[in-house]
Amino acid sequence: MSTGDPLKHVLARAARSGAHAADALFVEDDSLEARVRGEEIDFVKQARERTLGLRAFVKAPEGLRTAVGSTSDLSTEALDRLADETVGLAGATAPDPDSGLPEGGFAEALPDLELFEPGDRETDVDARIEVARRCEAAARGTDPRITNSEGSEVQSRFAHVHYGNSAGFFGDYRSARHGLFSMPIAAENGSMQTDYWTSAARRLADVEAPESVGRRAAERALRRLGSRRVPTCEVPVVFDPLTARSVLGHLVACVSGASVYRKASYLADSLGESIGSELVTVVDDGRLPRGLGSRPFDGEGLATRRTPVVEKGRLASFLLDSYAARRLGMASTGNASRGAGGAPSAGPSNFWLEPGTSSLAEMIAGTERGLLVTWLFGHGFNPVTGDFSRGAAGMWIEDGELRHPVDEVTIAGNLGSMLAGVDAVGDELLWFGSVAAPALRIARLTVAGQ
Amino acid sequence: MSDRPAPAFFQERFGVDDRSLERVLGTALERHVDHADLFFEYTTSDSVSLEDGLVKGGGRHVEQGVGVRAQDGERQGYAHSDEITVESMQLAATTARAISRTGGTAGAVAVGGPGRPERDLYPVAEAPTDVPVGAKVDLLGEIDRYARGRDPRVRQVMASVISQHRNVLMAASDGTFVSDVQPLVRLNVQVIAEAADGSRREVGYEGSGGRFELGRLLDPEWWRPQVDEAVRLALLNLEARPCPAGTMDVVLGPGWSGVLLHEAVGHGLEGDFNRKKTSAFADRIGERVAAPGVTVVDDGTLEERRGSLNVDDEGTPTSRTVLIEDGILVGYLQDKLNARLMGMQPTGNGRRESFAHLPMPRMTNTFMLAGEEDPAEILAGVSQGLYIASFGGGQVDITSGKFVFSASEAYRIENGRLGEPVRGASLVGNGPDVLTRVRAIGNDLALDRGVGTCGKDGQSVPVGVGLPTLRVDQLTVGGTEG
Repeated sequence: MSTGDPLKHVLARAARSGAHAADALFVEDDSLEARVRGEEIDFVKQARERTLGLRAFVKAPEGLRTAVGSTSDLSTEALDRLADETVGLAGATAPDPDSGLPEGGFAEALPDLELFEPGDRETDVDARIEVARRCEAAARGTDPRITNSEGSEVQSRFAHVHYGNSAGFFGDYRSARHGLFSMPIAAENGSMQTDYWTSAARRLADVEAPESVGRRAAERALRRLGSRRVPTCEVPVVFDPLTARSVLGHLVACVSGASVYRKASYLADSLGESIGSELVTVVDDGRLPRGLGSRPFDGEGLATRRTPVVEKGRLASFLLDSYAARRLGMASTGNASRGAGGAPSAGPSNFWLEPGTSSLAEMIAGTERGLLVTWLFGHGFNPVTGDFSRGAAGMWIEDGELRHPVDEVTIAGNLGSMLAGVDAVGDELLWFGSVAAPALRIARLTVAGQ
Repeated sequence: MSDRPAPAFFQERFGVDDRSLERVLGTALERHVDHADLFFEYTTSDSVSLEDGLVKGGGRHVEQGVGVRAQDGERQGYAHSDEITVESMQLAATTARAISRTGGTAGAVAVGGPGRPERDLYPVAEAPTDVPVGAKVDLLGEIDRYARGRDPRVRQVMASVISQHRNVLMAASDGTFVSDVQPLVRLNVQVIAEAADGSRREVGYEGSGGRFELGRLLDPEWWRPQVDEAVRLALLNLEARPCPAGTMDVVLGPGWSGVLLHEAVGHGLEGDFNRKKTSAFADRIGERVAAPGVTVVDDGTLEERRGSLNVDDEGTPTSRTVLIEDGILVGYLQDKLNARLMGMQPTGNGRRESFAHLPMPRMTNTFMLAGEEDPAEILAGVSQGLYIASFGGGQVDITSGKFVFSASEAYRIENGRLGEPVRGASLVGNGPDVLTRVRAIGNDLALDRGVGTCGKDGQSVPVGVGLPTLRVDQLTVGGTEG
């Protein structure tokens, strides 16, 4: 390490190597993870990492040629080589009239989004391990049928993000993310079931209490004991907030810039049209105080903002970075996601489905016969067609009551008809990450079982 | 870089010599630990990608760092740094050894002369990342023109060439001192086709790769069949009907369908889950878990395969491990920690995504040995069911044993013949049970084309799978049609 400011150094070197424009991201990370399993520490892991990523544009008559590069070797020699190689690589690519830095709209005054509490840095390793220990003890102590676990884990990550570009914008912000995760195992009659609960926040004080995380995880695992399949049927399906969030994640893939301009999304031509029931309103907002997806500027230095994505079932906006925006003849929505290692691409900041008025209990009580889904797995979603088919587990609903746990079934449909079929939206929004949804009920889906 | 032995690489570049390694390991051993090790990595990777007929993006990335680990019983302390200096290693060793409950053992370690693995499964004359970018750009341009020329319904072609050159060095308190140079290349081709009347769009994907010279990918004899396959799949999916739902007899095609073994049994046989008894397969060694005739192996020693390694990421030579023999569970996949705690031998399956991760037991190339039946006769024996030619991804809950995966190419079987293609199929089942319902094993074992990536606990590693044509009765198929 020898350069005072690696961003300025690498941007200057790129210009000398022949870059017409460039931007760079430098991320410094300190992280701690620890897992307790039973009475024992399973592992403790600590690290300090720094990575610098550069994007360089080389001018040609038809447009700009682009390449990206990154290095975790921050010696002057390595930074110079990064700049020279990235510019050289750009020279080998084809010019693109839509490439380039944003024309303007860089973040001005950077708001304090409360993404970091300096006092949290003082918390030592042993105190964090103690949190995992309390969580694990709570999970194990919930019921004698909790006989084992994959453990309870704490994570803390402190990041300092620096961005700069050749248009003269330089900005930086600090953020933190603290997580707690517990995965106990319940056993009865020779069969085992597991489930999890988790909590994450920007400040340690906002993470759910360890006893609560452990107990909820254990209750979810216990509830799955005695699971069985159900006959193949078409029924209303209720998703709890953990699984509704996973379904909403599929919508993210279909409204993000690259899949839209490539027409690799079933929603590519649907802007302004009805794509879901009137109960479906979806918002992206990069500036929620303490939001897990919040950032004052995006991966290209543009000010983040609030973007209504779906308004009462009507597709109101895509999520765009500057390249996707130019391709589509639109304006960036400040949604360039970018890690130090890669090129920016459009993605969500805080992305959620607005809560409705039904409690989860009311949604179950209002379902004569159907499935409450509490576990979703597999990757069966095709954004080009919207086809959805995933493995599921949950609780069978009969006469408005939870009857018995269900597993080894799949649920299948199409995201378009699922969104159109939303007939109840829960009243509670839980944030486990940057995408959140309340519980959802969908009028009809195919459940495949016996 | 590729012409220089790796031990010399880390010594020349970072001044990492035997003496400094001994000092750092000695620091880790100043408290009581059962095992301490160092893992050095310097990985160069690059990618070039095409869309809209143009190579618009290129990337080149360097990742370097060192991880220091200490083990005391089942407790592991790990610290890593992207600065490879004696000072940062000493700091990491101090952090890692804090896991130990007791102090006192004097730390004297002697590391011998640095070794290279005894064999080289993937010798390359030129590192794939050293191949001039122009050759990769030209390849992608040719692929685009060729794909579009195959059919007017092809509307978009996305293709990329990804290469990696990974230098690693492992030193441990058990005397391990070994380095390896691991090349990896991959060619991705994805095609979007649109029906002539504009009513539907569908996607087709085919990839290929392995640990060999990048030059092989440049040969039209290599990539044309791959592009043909991606185009064929996109057009086929345009015609595909919604998949039926319910329980039915299923025939799996050879090759990539081996992802069934990976999800349904492979993960459940990893040592960590069995040491902790969180796997549905725990304590079942010697029991029948599959039909007679079913033999499943994990083999990291196949030349040039994507899942192969000369040594794993703890320096243990990889091996061929029989997991299920003639239907009986006989083995687990082990890293050093879990082998020690279970009183077994490491099997060379201790792998990690990078220096920033702890190693865990992971699969390499996992496949079922061929049987004796003619694949055509297997199909002819099914009156009603589903033929799955290829899969997308899968996932397993190792505790309950339940797995799911998604088909990327499937057909109805009617009266022993392939019927109409269906889309959106997924399969769900129970790992310890599914292989007991194997009814027929084909004589046509094939391995996949070298594109598998396995995720576990947030870490991704390259893997391979393989399967002969296989008939499994009464599987649950997820679809939308009754």
